[in-house]
Amino acid sequence: MALLFDSFQAWKIHCESNNIALYVPVLEYEIALKGRTEAEIWKGMETAYTVMKEAIHTGLTQDMTSRSGMVKNTGKKVHQTTKVVLSKEFQTLIATTIAAKEVNSCMGRIVAAPTAGASGILPGILANLQNIHQLSDQKILEGLLVAAGIGLIIQHKASISGSIGGCQAETGSAAAMGSGAIVYCLGGNITQVFNAVAITIQCTLGLVCDPVAGLVEVPCIVRNASAVAIAFSSAQIAIADGDPVIPVDECVVAMGEIGENMESKYKETALGGLAATPTAQEISQKVHHKN
Amino acid sequence: MSERSSIFDMIGPIMIGPSSSHTAGVVRIGRFAHKLLGKVPDKAVITFYNSFASTYQGHGSDLAIIGGLLGMKPDDIRIKTAPVIAKKAKLIFEYKTVNNAGDKHPNTIKLQLTSDQKTLEIVAESLGGGVIKIVEIDGFECSLSAQTFTLIIKAEDIKGSIAFIAEVIAHDDCNIATMGVSRKSKKGEGCHFIEMDSAINPITLMYLQNLRWISSVIYLSDMDL
Repeated sequence: MALLFDSFQAWKIHCESNNIALYVPVLEYEIALKGRTEAEIWKGMETAYTVMKEAIHTGLTQDMTSRSGMVKNTGKKVHQTTKVVLSKEFQTLIATTIAAKEVNSCMGRIVAAPTAGASGILPGILANLQNIHQLSDQKILEGLLVAAGIGLIIQHKASISGSIGGCQAETGSAAAMGSGAIVYCLGGNITQVFNAVAITIQCTLGLVCDPVAGLVEVPCIVRNASAVAIAFSSAQIAIADGDPVIPVDECVVAMGEIGENMESKYKETALGGLAATPTAQEISQKVHHKN
Repeated sequence: MSERSSIFDMIGPIMIGPSSSHTAGVVRIGRFAHKLLGKVPDKAVITFYNSFASTYQGHGSDLAIIGGLLGMKPDDIRIKTAPVIAKKAKLIFEYKTVNNAGDKHPNTIKLQLTSDQKTLEIVAESLGGGVIKIVEIDGFECSLSAQTFTLIIKAEDIKGSIAFIAEVIAHDDCNIATMGVSRKSKKGEGCHFIEMDSAINPITLMYLQNLRWISSVIYLSDMDL
């Protein structure tokens, strides 16, 4: 019987008692429940990672202006500026994440991971992690499987949809998947991987989905950028054995509770928060009038 | 409880942005219609309902539906320029909107298609994550995911037709995942909607097609291939 990804605790016990790596039960799940072969799964993950890297390249090289005019080549600007606020690596991390997400806003090809609104986060995290640490493709693909397992549990216990759980469910889930993948790829143990997930969720709890003019542009793109920063900060804390205190499974339950109680005007309806500001209203009028 | 997600729902789908319900799902609805017709329609009247009526342009659903009708998949980078390609393919289209249709899902689309003087009408919902539900075909109610091997059989409303069709499919070693029958009146024409776990043999389809009380058999193999 394959592990069903009901909880992080069960995933940990399953791996420890069978002495297997974290990604193995994810493979077994897909084979048992969806009838795919192991070869198909690796190929699928490889294709996804390729599309992620292509999205970064597209966002950094082609014109990224959206139909609404709110997206204006920010990824390229961040990539090209000579004003470095922290380090060259951090600059590239933010630039590539924004680039991939801008491709999504401008109707280019992306991987919804777990959703289209969060589609800059895993590309930004994994491509930079691989470059900085010279990791093999195989290791990154294993990290993608670990990320998928994390996503399955969050979806089951809370939500990965902005219309159900707010932005915490979209960029928060993607960041949690990414931070777990970072610690896994850098050789952290299972406790450290799941602690990274817990810390990331703690950092993104309560984030509302309030898209200006209802479009997947503002603030979605900058939130993809902040999500990768949170993912790396969480991974740094967890891999140093920093303790989230609240176990990861309980953090996920908290996320679900907050999502359930969040008012619907903060759940993708574009009725509250940033979407309700005078400037957003003006933009919304223009977008609808233009069309 | 609904079926568990695939890991390719977590890392995927690979799609054209910006939103799975506004682009990926909408492309799949158009592509379903394309597969039913077996070609690009000559004319398409596309009606966006409720939430879709106010958001379809901002999110590019207008381009996505045309891409689907042209037979494109959700990850086809040509979707952004679909109306230009439609012009070359001689597909004439127009958009309509209906707000506050209380009986319909927030993200509903109706397609009224004409092809070689024949018409086809489809009502479908985009449920998020690229998942769709076809809820009406030519006035017959249904609930199709368009994710698996699908049979659509129009037949006379006679006793034993459901059992007979199910038996024929079972003899072909196909497992029926879902099955629904809809009719417009007693003793009128009925429509059988059958989703199966595996492909059906061409000879079985021919047998069904040749039965006197069956007027049409449409078979859609795995739509995402």
